[in-house]
Amino acid sequence: MAEKMKLSLNVNGQARTLDVWPMARLLDVIREDLHLTGTKEGCGEGECGACSVILDGKLVNSCLIPAVQAEGGELCTIEGVASEEQLHLVQESFLHCGGAQCGICTPGMVMAAVDLLHRCPQPDEAQIRDGLAGNLCRCTGYVKIVDSVADAAERALQVAKESRS
Amino acid sequence: MKGQAPSCTVHTPASLVGALEILFAEKGTWRPLAGGTDLMVPFAAGTLPFTRFLNLWGLDELRGIEISPENISLGALTTYADVRSHSLLRAEFPNLVQSARVTGAMAIQNRGTLAGNIANGSPAADTPPSLLAYGAEVQLQSLAGSRWVPYESFHTDYKQTVMLPEELITRIRLPRTTGDTFHFFRKVGTRKAQAISKVCLAAYARAEEGRVAEFRLGMGSVAPVPLRALTTEMLIQGQRLEALDDHSIAEAKQALLEDIRPIDDIRSTASYRRKVSANVLGQLLEAMIERFKRPQIRA
Amino acid sequence: MNPSLHIGHSRIRKEGRAKVTGAAQYTDDVCMSGMLYGATVRSRVARGILKGIEFGEGIPWDEFIIVTAKDVTGDLYVALIEQDQPFLALDRINHPEEPVVLLAHEDRYLLEKARAAVRLIIEPLPPLFDLEESLACREVIWGSDNSFKDILIEQGDVDSVWGAATHIVQGEYKTGAQEQLYIEPNGAIAVAKAEEGVTVWGSLQCPYYVHKALKHLFNLPDEKVRVIQMETGGGFGGKEDYPSLIAGHAALLSLKSGGRPVKIVYDREEDMVATTKRHPSRTRIRSAFDAEGQLLALDIDFALDGGAYLTLTPVVLSRGAIHAGGPYRCPNTRIRARAVATNTPPHGAFRGFGAPQSLFAIERHMNVAAAEMGMDPIALRKQNLLKMGDSTATGQIIKEAIDLPGLLDRALEKLDYTAKQESCRVHNASSSPIKRGVGFASFMHGCGFTGAGESYLASVAGVEGREDGKIHVLAAATEMGQGANTILSQVVAEVLKVPLEYVEVARPDTALVPDSGPTVASRTTMVVGKLVQEAAIGLRQILLQAGFLSEPYAGEAFSNAVKQYLAKNGHLKAYSQYSTPPQIVWDDQNYKGDAYTTFAWACYATEVAVDTRTFEVQVEDFVALQEVGRVLNPTLAEGQIEGGVAQGIGYGLSEQVVWNEGRMANGQMTNYIMATSMDLPRIRVYFEESPYPLGPGGAKGIGELPMDGSAPALLNAIQDALATVTPREIPLTPERLMELVESSNG
Ligand SMILES: Cc1cc2nc3c(=O)[nH]c(=O)nc-3n(C[C@H](O)[C@H](O)[C@H](O)COP(=O)(O)OP(=O)(O)OC[C@H]3O[C@@H](n4cnc5c(N)ncnc54)[C@H](O)[C@@H]3O)c2cc1C
Ligand code: FES
Ligand code: FES
Repeated sequence: MAEKMKLSLNVNGQARTLDVWPMARLLDVIREDLHLTGTKEGCGEGECGACSVILDGKLVNSCLIPAVQAEGGELCTIEGVASEEQLHLVQESFLHCGGAQCGICTPGMVMAAVDLLHRCPQPDEAQIRDGLAGNLCRCTGYVKIVDSVADAAERALQVAKESRS
Repeated sequence: MKGQAPSCTVHTPASLVGALEILFAEKGTWRPLAGGTDLMVPFAAGTLPFTRFLNLWGLDELRGIEISPENISLGALTTYADVRSHSLLRAEFPNLVQSARVTGAMAIQNRGTLAGNIANGSPAADTPPSLLAYGAEVQLQSLAGSRWVPYESFHTDYKQTVMLPEELITRIRLPRTTGDTFHFFRKVGTRKAQAISKVCLAAYARAEEGRVAEFRLGMGSVAPVPLRALTTEMLIQGQRLEALDDHSIAEAKQALLEDIRPIDDIRSTASYRRKVSANVLGQLLEAMIERFKRPQIRA
Repeated sequence: MNPSLHIGHSRIRKEGRAKVTGAAQYTDDVCMSGMLYGATVRSRVARGILKGIEFGEGIPWDEFIIVTAKDVTGDLYVALIEQDQPFLALDRINHPEEPVVLLAHEDRYLLEKARAAVRLIIEPLPPLFDLEESLACREVIWGSDNSFKDILIEQGDVDSVWGAATHIVQGEYKTGAQEQLYIEPNGAIAVAKAEEGVTVWGSLQCPYYVHKALKHLFNLPDEKVRVIQMETGGGFGGKEDYPSLIAGHAALLSLKSGGRPVKIVYDREEDMVATTKRHPSRTRIRSAFDAEGQLLALDIDFALDGGAYLTLTPVVLSRGAIHAGGPYRCPNTRIRARAVATNTPPHGAFRGFGAPQSLFAIERHMNVAAAEMGMDPIALRKQNLLKMGDSTATGQIIKEAIDLPGLLDRALEKLDYTAKQESCRVHNASSSPIKRGVGFASFMHGCGFTGAGESYLASVAGVEGREDGKIHVLAAATEMGQGANTILSQVVAEVLKVPLEYVEVARPDTALVPDSGPTVASRTTMVVGKLVQEAAIGLRQILLQAGFLSEPYAGEAFSNAVKQYLAKNGHLKAYSQYSTPPQIVWDDQNYKGDAYTTFAWACYATEVAVDTRTFEVQVEDFVALQEVGRVLNPTLAEGQIEGGVAQGIGYGLSEQVVWNEGRMANGQMTNYIMATSMDLPRIRVYFEESPYPLGPGGAKGIGELPMDGSAPALLNAIQDALATVTPREIPLTPERLMELVESSNG
């Protein structure tokens, strides 16, 4: 048996230190050690994106990341997307446009959408489809998810305009 | 989750030298771990036969894209996302950028590295065809020193490479492309994203004085290793542009069948791979002929 | 003009906020103190006799809870239709994923080591994997003749027609297994104690199925078994019967551990490889037409591969058989339908439940027939589509004023079919390696249980007034993404004329909600919705009669009335039970009569582009037009259709289960190919609303319908694009399409 490590990282704005196996999957650390169960496991092989989180500003599959590689990192999970009671624009759009059905892919989808809009604030449909291509959804056929992301982009533009004027 | 994390040790070296030292001292016992997008899959499935990992992810010495007049040199840890967003790569090595775009999806592209892609040795990997087409070289480094290996001789057999247990891939370099060039890349995967290639082709050609002065064709998923289709290349290379016609395309398609040795697996069949390789080669050559009808020289 | 308060409005999904924030609790999100993890050791041999179990070296076995068939004191077999599937194999192994040993430990890592260290000694017997071989009884592996069910539907006299027919067209069509691939794998947590009974929390569609199975497994009375549905990340039929096994396994382990909670959550591979899939099928059709293209006779031989145990197969076969004739009028029809055993894990429910298989066959066949007769497939269908007063193969008279030719026209118009077909022709005449084509399929889906199913179930649902003045819907109908929570709330809020926030759906928990039947068969909105509607009317009546409420009233007055009533009477509940509408008659012996109370009708049309270099098919456009009664919530309804079409596209083109000795060889999401967002077009959904008088707010069922028409529409379009090939088997992978093209080139 190997040894556990002290893993220090920032989780949704809070500094955390945990005792974990260095090769534990970040996904398991998030769900079991941090008790943040919004991040889901759909495949454990990098295909479905249900485990998507943002690590050091980049969208990643937490099932593919050994804990050791999150050392000193800045982690944002679905629980860190909304601020207090205020939903993120992307979450609101998913709610209003019907982007969530069974909801199991939704946290990952929201993370991918947040990441996409960060990189590309006004994506066209092809860019949205590309940005979400690593997140499988079995319920929606993606139509309403694509619409949700487009809607969020649109409303972000609106918000920006209003704050400028 | 079948991976046995409690049985695993990870060493995170502070520097490249540190990494090379431990590889040298305990030869063959440490598995380099870069982005983890290959290793973590069999690890989680409980089928990975290693328990000691050398974590390279923090080694900034292995990052960075450097440009000289002759070469562009990519650090081992260059990710697909790095490749996609690099303007010189986009201009001079569009096939490589294409390879990166069609690899997995964004989250994989943020983590997967070029060195990992080739060190993993999968015949279905998607950058090898492009690297082969561009005549890439791979830098292997150990405590004893470093050597540049032509990428086309890097893979020796299924999942076997010339890399020694104490070596790491440190850089990959590509000779810069200039002149009247043609680039072609096509991945035929199981779907449009998150897909493993069933057939993958990349070609680079340069026209000069009415001839095909250079022609390299790299292929994936059609043999135990990514390979250059040398028989086919020989038919095209040196040809006069106006002599290239339907007949030469048909000949090349025929020749390609001698270059490749595809198999049946759970994703596709050998006969499909043969047929589609030939057809896509046809598409490639038609596009090349079309492209070279009018010279286009990049400044 | 929409006078209704909630019906017809796109209300936001009730549990939507919990889902977009990640707060929703799925089974694997629950962790209980003292909890153990459970794992299943499986046979890996397709057929044989279990001779022994060896526990390998290096594992502290005394720390483990170990359960085998010998530990089962109640009924070893899962109580469903037939009791033939054991929770754990005793001595016979009938498929390669047969559960044999259960293990539990608190350390997940050690548990996996232990699972790998158990060795089963199995003496192999000759297995049977092929449907035709099973039909031919090459080996008898189940019962006396491998037959799970044999159905004959007859109308008129088929054999009298062949001589007189102008055209006789025959064809054989095949469909493969399909994996439900919900993104949340199956899982359950159980606490079982000798005195107190069993409680299970799980990802499941049918709490009362699990309830029944556990009662028999542990020999317990109703009240000692409690099944609670957790948030469920997709089901599509895949969580209809299999959760009974997992729940049973977790409960067996818990009981043996002395009552510690035990969680079993499958990883993706175990879920794909071991749990149910859509039944593979083979359909032979012989059809007779007169000179004008009128259908004179249909002789259909429909066969399903049921896998190793009977499970739900007879019911799947039944729906498949009834839909086999498609939406056509045919005076002489014979449908012989058989389902037989093979040594693969049992096939089970998957959205559509037999109908996608047989409708694929008939909808392909209509195009094949049109081509053979030199007729236009549109004209051929229009001649034969059912209309009011016609009878289906079971002799069901269509009593609704349907206009299927009009529906077809309008779907084609949405696609711009005629113009597109013309431009495809022009395009295809060029040298382009991309060939384009258009295609469509006309079809229907029977809503609710088949035949007398609903009468047998006699479902009950209710509503309850709560102290806070809100109303809770009491039903075992499970939310798994399809929108049950929202729809049932809308129906009740509509009746009560209160804001939607006043209505909540109680979590399906067999201790608290009545048995409103399983959440299957597109029955939740139409059947359960009707029951809660009636119950809500009853509840309002109680309040009115008690004098706490007088009409008209505002929402607040209603909730005050509820509070006052409760203060006085202690409880406020109203229930309603299903009774078969009087005009509905079904004869289960002879398969005659009203197979369904109503049908949803549809026509799907699509345009495809085929790359003849790689044989890849791109779906360029997809129109889904349907008549589903009244649409209660447009956003949710569209979502159902879009998702169903996406699954249908996968069924038709890419979702291939690769079998190896009865076991799925591609049990990874990497190798079983469902579409990503890049692979699909924007699916265009249209509804034609014609309120169905017996449904709540005029609604019919829609959940399964979209699964039926996509695959045949796509293959019809591919045939249109390539002209020289006649594909008859799905999934039509690029590899298969290449073979067809090669063989047609000679
Ligand atoms: C969902 C998913 C989709 C994918 N899609 C694609 C795809 O479309 N195309 C494709 O080609 N690949 C794909 N991959 C595979 C993988 O992402 C790539 O091969 C990636 O480039 C691997 O890089 P890595 O850094 O993650 O490798 P790691 O997993 O860290 O390592 C892979 C191998 O390389 C060795 N290694 C890594 N770095 C070095 C080094 N510097 N020197 C020596 N040895 C080294 C490791 O020891 C290991 O054997 C996919 C993977 C997943 C999970
Ligand atoms: S669980 Fe990580 S990608 Fe599916
Ligand atoms: S909403 Fe169910 S998987 Fe996407």
